[in-house]
Amino acid sequence: MAKHFYFALLLVIAVLLVSCKREERILRQPPPANDILNTIQISGLNPGANSIPTPPNSNMYQESAYAVAEGQKLYEEYNCVGCHAHGGGGIGPALMDRDWIYGSEAGNIFSTIMQGRPNGMPSFRNRIPEYQAWEIAAYVRSLAGLLPKGVSPNRTDQMNIKPAESSTPEQTPSGITGIPGQHQ
Amino acid sequence: MKPALKFIPWRFLVQAMSLDPGHHHVLHPAAPQAGNIEWLYWVIFGVLTAVFVLMIAGFTWAGAKTGVAASHPLPIMEDKEGDHRARWVVGLAMGVTVVTLFVILVISVVTGKRIHGPTSKNPVTIQVTARQWWWEITYPNPQADQTITTANEIHVPVGAPIVVLTNSKDVIHSFWAPSITGKRDLIPGYSSAFWFQVDQPGTYHGQCAEFCGLQHAHMGFSVVAEPVDQFQAWQQQQLKAAAEPSTSEAVRGRDVFLTHACLMCHTIRGTDAGSHVGPDLTHIAGRNMIAAETLPNTAGALAGWIVDPQRIKPGTRMSPNPLAPDDLQALIVYLRSLQ
Repeated sequence: MAKHFYFALLLVIAVLLVSCKREERILRQPPPANDILNTIQISGLNPGANSIPTPPNSNMYQESAYAVAEGQKLYEEYNCVGCHAHGGGGIGPALMDRDWIYGSEAGNIFSTIMQGRPNGMPSFRNRIPEYQAWEIAAYVRSLAGLLPKGVSPNRTDQMNIKPAESSTPEQTPSGITGIPGQHQ
Repeated sequence: MKPALKFIPWRFLVQAMSLDPGHHHVLHPAAPQAGNIEWLYWVIFGVLTAVFVLMIAGFTWAGAKTGVAASHPLPIMEDKEGDHRARWVVGLAMGVTVVTLFVILVISVVTGKRIHGPTSKNPVTIQVTARQWWWEITYPNPQADQTITTANEIHVPVGAPIVVLTNSKDVIHSFWAPSITGKRDLIPGYSSAFWFQVDQPGTYHGQCAEFCGLQHAHMGFSVVAEPVDQFQAWQQQQLKAAAEPSTSEAVRGRDVFLTHACLMCHTIRGTDAGSHVGPDLTHIAGRNMIAAETLPNTAGALAGWIVDPQRIKPGTRMSPNPLAPDDLQALIVYLRSLQ
């Protein structure tokens, strides 16, 4: 009997610990690393034998529901919406589909935000702090369903008139998404 | 001091009863509405004190009376006369209770009515939009270039009714300046209005009174009541675009502002910075406090706030800005020139 009790207790603690991590709020961000852009490997391909392991595109922010929700707010506030709409695209490409012109890893999206890309994507380097770019990158990945359901935004701090993002069915963007010759 | 007395929060009590007017005090009204609320407070306080004293007296009397008999338990027997008397006493007590409650209800409703409508048809209109965790204040005007936008510091003329239009950008907040009027909830997506009037010039502190997240406790504002001519001078000053930087250091400061994260959230009218995520900084140097009444508006506090706001208000929407020392210095010089 006691054995069962301890097992149940252990299980409860394990579940609680997992939820702790999901809701962890890193309020004072670590100071930005020097020249992080040049250390991010955008592609997994290397010249010669492909023996060097790809550095992990670690993005601690995409494991935190809080950071992804922050990314969602910033996505509105920094007017990503202006071109990419809420993922469906418009002036800029759609972000909720499976097409990634410059890669779908968090590091790819981070570099795209910081460096800018030809044909209209502005560079946000020095304009937004790096941790916020990571948060936005995490949110952008959630738009395409690349994040686990546990962390993808399921509530904002605003009053909602629509169901939570994490419980809406997958959708595909329709209409012109801004990249000529891309849509069939 | 006796050990038992050490645990009484004297300082808090002294502060709560202090006669320091103007700050944050229900019992020091500076406005007709707060006066009405204070009157209601004292009436209810008096009634309840009387009830409390009577109750304790009654209990004490009953206890003293039956105390003797307790050692000689009475046999159970019918006491028709006693029952009759008890019925009268209980009935009377209930009657008095109902009447008291009814009177309190009536004076509450009357007070509510009295503070409800403004007394003049020519009010000053202010739009207060609550954000996490600061207050956006605009003085709307049909002419766009006559609209004033500021933050956390509400200037009002003395003796004139002020109509406040309220809204919230994110969660429910509550506008509360105890010396002026009662609390008002600000609900996202729902425009509402109330009014107040300040009779004595001065600066009155206000506070968000509805828990709204991490920095709820540091979401203050102030109401600066001043004579009409001073208020109009303030309005004229606020309508101007930002002052042009006059020294080379200030020019550099403006460049720092426009090439770093600042311009992603803040507005300085007259420059390219025009975002409405954070407070309008066009006349920041004219305000008494920064960061929603958290810090005094000094060069040091401003620098600390810019570099590491998450240390001062963990969770605030302002991001840390690791600026180079002389960039920071120039930025401070520029911001402090924005009178």
